[in-house]
Amino acid sequence: MVTSNQTLKLELDQRSLLQRLKLTDWIWAAMLLAGTFFVYGEYNELMDIYEKGILILTAATLLVMGFSWRALQILTTLIALLSLFALSRYGGELAQVEQDFFLKFMFSSQSAIMWMSALYVMATIAYFGWLFSQVEFVGRVASSMTWIATAMGFVGLMVRWYESYLIGTDVGHIPVSNLYEVFILFSIITALIYLHYEKRYNTRSLGGFVLLIISAAVGFLLWYAFDRNAAGIQPLVPALQSYWMKIHVPANFVGYGAFALAAMVGVVYLLKKRALDHNPTGVMALRLPELNMLDDVMYKSIALGFAFFTLATILGALWAAEAWGGYWSWDPKETWALIVWLNYAAWLHMRLTKGWRGRPMAWWSVIGLFVTLFAFLGVNMFLSGLHSYGEL
Amino acid sequence: MNLAITLLVAISFASIIGTVLQQNQPYSDYLLKFGPFWFEVFKALGLFQVYSAIWFLIILGFLVLSTSVCIYRNMPRMFREMQDFRLEVKEKSLRNHKHHNEWEVAAPIEECLSVSQELLAHHGFRLREKAGDNYQLLSAIKGAGSRWGYLLTHIAIVLICIGGLMDGNVLLKIAESLGEIKVEKRNILANEVPDISRLASSNLSYRGNVSIPEGGGANVVFLGYKDGYLVQQLPFTIEVEDFRIEHYESGQPKSFESDLVIVDDELEAPLRETISVNHPLTYKGVSIYQASFGDGGSKIELKGWSLAGAQKEPVAIKGIINQSQKIQTSIGEMDLELNDFRLFNIQPSPEEGRKFHNIGSSIQFKLRAATGEAKEYLNYMSPISTDGRLYFMSGVRSSPAEPFQYLYLPADSSASIHRFMTFYNRLKDSKGLHQLALKAASATTDSGAVPEGGQEEIANMMSMLVRIYVQGGMDAVIGAIESRIPEEKREEIAGIYVKILRHLLGTVYLDLLKEEGQSIEKGMSEFDSQFFEDAGAAIGAIERYGSPFYFQLVNYEHIQATGLQLTRSPGKNLVYPGCFMLALGVFLMFYMPQRRLWVWLRKKDGSVQVILSGNAVRNEMDFANEYQEIHEKLDEVFSPHT
Repeated sequence: MVTSNQTLKLELDQRSLLQRLKLTDWIWAAMLLAGTFFVYGEYNELMDIYEKGILILTAATLLVMGFSWRALQILTTLIALLSLFALSRYGGELAQVEQDFFLKFMFSSQSAIMWMSALYVMATIAYFGWLFSQVEFVGRVASSMTWIATAMGFVGLMVRWYESYLIGTDVGHIPVSNLYEVFILFSIITALIYLHYEKRYNTRSLGGFVLLIISAAVGFLLWYAFDRNAAGIQPLVPALQSYWMKIHVPANFVGYGAFALAAMVGVVYLLKKRALDHNPTGVMALRLPELNMLDDVMYKSIALGFAFFTLATILGALWAAEAWGGYWSWDPKETWALIVWLNYAAWLHMRLTKGWRGRPMAWWSVIGLFVTLFAFLGVNMFLSGLHSYGEL
Repeated sequence: MNLAITLLVAISFASIIGTVLQQNQPYSDYLLKFGPFWFEVFKALGLFQVYSAIWFLIILGFLVLSTSVCIYRNMPRMFREMQDFRLEVKEKSLRNHKHHNEWEVAAPIEECLSVSQELLAHHGFRLREKAGDNYQLLSAIKGAGSRWGYLLTHIAIVLICIGGLMDGNVLLKIAESLGEIKVEKRNILANEVPDISRLASSNLSYRGNVSIPEGGGANVVFLGYKDGYLVQQLPFTIEVEDFRIEHYESGQPKSFESDLVIVDDELEAPLRETISVNHPLTYKGVSIYQASFGDGGSKIELKGWSLAGAQKEPVAIKGIINQSQKIQTSIGEMDLELNDFRLFNIQPSPEEGRKFHNIGSSIQFKLRAATGEAKEYLNYMSPISTDGRLYFMSGVRSSPAEPFQYLYLPADSSASIHRFMTFYNRLKDSKGLHQLALKAASATTDSGAVPEGGQEEIANMMSMLVRIYVQGGMDAVIGAIESRIPEEKREEIAGIYVKILRHLLGTVYLDLLKEEGQSIEKGMSEFDSQFFEDAGAAIGAIERYGSPFYFQLVNYEHIQATGLQLTRSPGKNLVYPGCFMLALGVFLMFYMPQRRLWVWLRKKDGSVQVILSGNAVRNEMDFANEYQEIHEKLDEVFSPHT
């Protein structure tokens, strides 16, 4: 209760974004820019104007993301250091994979991806361990393993990129060109989006569930690599030789990753709801996040996925106009992308305009994953068309 | 709105049908697949071209209409709302919002107001003030993205649909239903196509294909339409100087390139440009893409080794791919239709490590009998290594739906077909065969391997068996046994027959080896004995091969054709801006949601009563956090805990 007249004092943090940055932010930014300039200086003769644009935009995006989410600074630094270390061990010869200890067991693309796979699976177990035991240490281990697995996945892709050039300068290309490579991309992007929500909502109880789908992806990856012998680097068919691949594919996988995450959150929502109805004092009811929060994460994730999926489909259409002679050919992949898009458009419409919430939306989000999965894998397996780059 | 959702669901289902049922295939394939009844049903429903079926276009039209109406009705309200600061709110309704707090502050009202202004402005809100009769109202708004997002995305959908419809074949359909155009179904030359199946170069949009041989040119493209095609006139002529395929070291294709020359009266000099996949050329609004490639009429030379009558020397045949010619065979005149020549055949490699390898040139052709029946053949030029041995391979099939069945003719030590053909001709030469049979018979009667009898008789039987085998394979031999020998003795006799057959084949073969100058005293080399087995097997399979000739490709002059796709799509000019608006709109909608806050102040008994209240339509949780922050800050100011 205020008793006497007083002067009101409002203290606002008037520092601009730049002023709020710490020393480490500046150091990281300087390294990022130095790296970008180095790459530009070294390779600009080999890049076309679009690739230069992509390089610069990537650096700028990373800069903004790193400033607003500092954990990314550590992640990118780690990826850069490990990748550069691995590259230095090659000495320009692919055969070093068999000779060099570090390459053979740690950082050749195959080994790094094996580490990624193992760590994601272990992290899944750790997350569930934490959920049931609530031992803080276990939780921290789970998060750390997810971070390291993600870093190893990126390192694997980086090194693979380099390895492709060691096979032949005309063979070299960014490793997002076949099903094996995009499954790695899917795993690390899904994990990154999850880690973002983990920090933002300060909860680990979603972790095990989200990592389940990543583990499933890893399982597929391993089967595909060993049973189908699909881990080898293949040269690009002419239609894929384009800068569009560098933006179309990653944008798509932000979409797929976010949709997959939303579906797993949907599963958690349904579990929590069920637990609250049937066993309100059980582990599930007490330890899983609040329904409101789950609902919000689900929405955010679908919104993110939808935005990037829209972008990816548009980029795909623009690319198609250049490679296949028309921005839209009703090719099965295109058509299924449209179906996925319409599905989530309807989901968002219902939530935003009709205010639908809760169980039906959670179910819908889970079903959405199957639609997405069909667009992602089913089309390659069952339908033929122009877009047959990842055949099973 | 609900209508729109229904339409979207309808489009989804139609799309699913369109992906499950392969679109735009030849009608004969559908007929084969679904049978006459369902074929007619599906055809009537337009399921073979779902995306240009009338009903599908009507749904799209409705979508455009309903979205437009939606925009028209909502736009004015949305613009109003973006500007509307809701200054007329009542104290009571502020208290009804989910987020609201109150303070009593012992400070001048102006100061309270200015603090609030400063704080809200700091949070990025736009502000309006209103002085009521006994109160002051500060109204704040942030993020118009959701409304702009709505407008942009919905306008985008209309633009994209209209652009897409422009580039689709709606106009063609209308012209067809008015009887202005007619689909051409015959396989005739472009300049023979009647005018009613031709489209003028002024046609607004099209997407067609044309195959042009190196050194050739074209000023039309073919638009696949229903079960036929239309001929689209181009506003210029394209000439192809060269077509190139480059390969990676591993043999996979690396690039397809065509050197084009655009000839147009409006050009001062012909325009020369090289196009490749991902790098089209656009001229006069028409984009020219590298789409495929094929044979442009390669000149080839064949050797026809007779497989029917006795003929020692092969006949020489010259031909051009995509043309057909009459040839004389032992079973009458036949048409030799040369369909395709391939310079390279890249195949999965049996060796470890290398995934692909090149197995050389090949030719594909049909042999059509006078009855119209045809078999299709695929012959490789060079012998191909299988299990470490070389064979001349020739595939045969009766219909394109079947896989090729291969005949393996063994290559001799100099990788040529000569030894096999000589051996085969010897077996067909009845005189020579009989002499050798006599020789063999005397040898066998000495050793007692066959029952007693005159050598002449045994020799006759031997050569008869070989003749049956050469003409009809092992099936014919079995047939002969079945027709002559009583059932209980068949097994025994069959064993003897096979021995006899092998014996005479072997005798002929040894004779041949001797003639080649090989010493066979120490037995045959492994190569030669395996050759004998392979040759025997091949001869037994010739009947099933069913051709009077084995055509050996001996020489070629490769002339390629480039497959170009030409599109004119003015709808792009709507679709691309539409795409941009869509992407922008979606991001605005999700990441700049609208939020409202009010600060309501009234003097009351020497202090000031302050109400903070707010709401957001979307992203409530984020808003709750921001509200919380603002509330805490105000709380620090208005009720300091000192």
